[in-house]
Amino acid sequence: MSTEVKTSPVTQKTDGREDNVLVRVVNLKKYFPIMRGIIFQRQVGAVKAVDGISFDIKRGETLGLVGESGCGKSTTGRTILQLYRPTEGAVYFKGENLVELKGEALRRKRRDMQMIFQDPYASLNPRMTVGSIIAEPLEIHGIATGKAAKERVQELLQLVGLNPYFANRYPHEFSGGQRQRIGVARALASNPSFIVCDEPISALDVSIQAQVVNLLEDLQDQFGLTYLFIAHDLSMVRHISDRVAVMYLGKIVELATRNEVYENPWHPYTQALLSAVPVPDPRVERRRQRILLQGDLPSPANPPKGCHFNTRCPVAFDICYEVDPELREVTPDHWVACHRVA
Amino acid sequence: MRVRERLSLVEEHILNSMPPLLEVRDLTTRFFTQDGVVYAVNGISFELNEGETLGVVGESGCGKSVSVLSIMKLIPTPPGKVTAGEALFNGRDLLKMNDEEIRSVRGAQIAMIFQDPMTSLNPVLTIGRQITEALETHLGMSSEQAKERAIELLRMVGIPEAANRINDYPHQFSGGMRQRAMIAMALSCTPQILIADEPTTALDVTIQAQIIDLVKRLKEKMGMAVIWITHDLGVVAGLADKVMVMYAGFIVERAPVEDLYSDPRHPYTKGLLGSLPRLDEVEHRRLTSIEGLPPDLLELPDHCPFAPRCPYAYDRCWKENPPLEFVEPGHEIACWVDVRTGRPRYEH
Repeated sequence: MSTEVKTSPVTQKTDGREDNVLVRVVNLKKYFPIMRGIIFQRQVGAVKAVDGISFDIKRGETLGLVGESGCGKSTTGRTILQLYRPTEGAVYFKGENLVELKGEALRRKRRDMQMIFQDPYASLNPRMTVGSIIAEPLEIHGIATGKAAKERVQELLQLVGLNPYFANRYPHEFSGGQRQRIGVARALASNPSFIVCDEPISALDVSIQAQVVNLLEDLQDQFGLTYLFIAHDLSMVRHISDRVAVMYLGKIVELATRNEVYENPWHPYTQALLSAVPVPDPRVERRRQRILLQGDLPSPANPPKGCHFNTRCPVAFDICYEVDPELREVTPDHWVACHRVA
Repeated sequence: MRVRERLSLVEEHILNSMPPLLEVRDLTTRFFTQDGVVYAVNGISFELNEGETLGVVGESGCGKSVSVLSIMKLIPTPPGKVTAGEALFNGRDLLKMNDEEIRSVRGAQIAMIFQDPMTSLNPVLTIGRQITEALETHLGMSSEQAKERAIELLRMVGIPEAANRINDYPHQFSGGMRQRAMIAMALSCTPQILIADEPTTALDVTIQAQIIDLVKRLKEKMGMAVIWITHDLGVVAGLADKVMVMYAGFIVERAPVEDLYSDPRHPYTKGLLGSLPRLDEVEHRRLTSIEGLPPDLLELPDHCPFAPRCPYAYDRCWKENPPLEFVEPGHEIACWVDVRTGRPRYEH
């Protein structure tokens, strides 16, 4: 363990322009208010979807964000892109704090950061042709119009492995995997450097998932893209990510390189999560010891006092019920938020 | 090769001398829709022995759910219809039973749990009432007896404070607890067969692990046979004794669980396993994806249904649909090719 204990994976004073950092998230919080009343609404509480998280995403890397449903991983992705404005915190993108930007200035930034959505059935407008879906970002950002836009659309379709002639068809004519390719083409249209992939494959069949993941990897190599890959499938996250952050109830509990997280997990939640994932090999399965967690995820509107994981933690002790553990560096570049580890 | 096949037939014969609990022969289910006939299940046969866990694996639309729903006579008719086949359970054909007879089997001797516990529970009845209902109808218990048994069942599936939670409505339960309640309900009449249709797909991994562990323990305790339907090859690996892989309404491979994973013989199974990332993957490797799309079931192919996506396909694959044949004792495939060599299994 290093002698100097850092208490955050980012040095909070800088904007991340150094060290090849593309996205720097500092103490990001997003609370959704719970309102009561019909005409005179008053706030009676807050769902703390994201509750103070910090991390860096380096240029050209894939950061995997894993966690169970309701842990705040999708909200994190959307808040980074300013689709939700954060309650607190800063998001530096290429050195500029997005939280301070608005209107035209923010819109111009959006060109450089895009998103691929989970549900390929809901994220494409059924009344638009595939061509106009993909051309929309080109027009909005004034990249290309008319014939140039058409050519770019055909080029993009080809890039994601679809026939360029499909531009005149409608989304319902495509299968789930093909629709997700259309979503990828749309995200690539404005030539972004950063893409948030929010569960891009979980709605797809197994044999199609590999096709889309391979496509994402190829595009990353070709254009030097940086991904935030949000998923609940831990095997897929290990496969695609360079570094992995594990979230639980609005907080990051562990952050390290992919092999570190999977081979040497320190946090009891990460350990339990990994042991719960079935491996497609009966010989491995028979030898495995499962750590079964008791109970369910507590409500993020009313998280437990102290460490958020204490209601299900097999090794919780006194301090865990009092003090919320901070994310600390336990070995170089391996960050864990647990009193047991400190 | 030939001798081996003959041997395995003998072996099969010996196994067959003990009658299986459930024996399905040539099950064929069609849906007659406006767009045409959907060939959902195309003459599949399988057996389930006492205390055995059979995994049924396949992608969406491969017919895995439809085949068990057909056996239980739960196919919406019309448009669906079981057009051929038989399903012998304790020597009686489930498909020939009238509504009343099948109802006495369903829930009592063969129970089912479904993917979405929210839609399979009645939202306006308490959890307790939904369990006691089955106990009163099938086992003729009095309401007090049934209530006591219901509390016992909920406790068995790990619902805390069962005696109080019995008065809760489904919306007051979390997803994992609802699935536990569904299992309690399914097990209420100590069935001989439990059919689990993707019961953990909607759940988080930690909750999935709890449910799988629960079913395994209860299976041991009650000695029932389980049919576990899933698209997740990982789930089946730790659970099943025997696995069958379905594609386009056909069984394309069937083997004991170890053989299927260590030595997959059908190109589709091989492709599926190759397209899965592994949790224990240290070095990054490229996933081998299966190109193309699953077939549209609006026509019954006269060739191998996997041929359009198969890297090994040769002319025979485009002419004849291969039957399910033994390649090793207990290991069957429907394929003209030996994937270990990439050459045809039969030379002309």
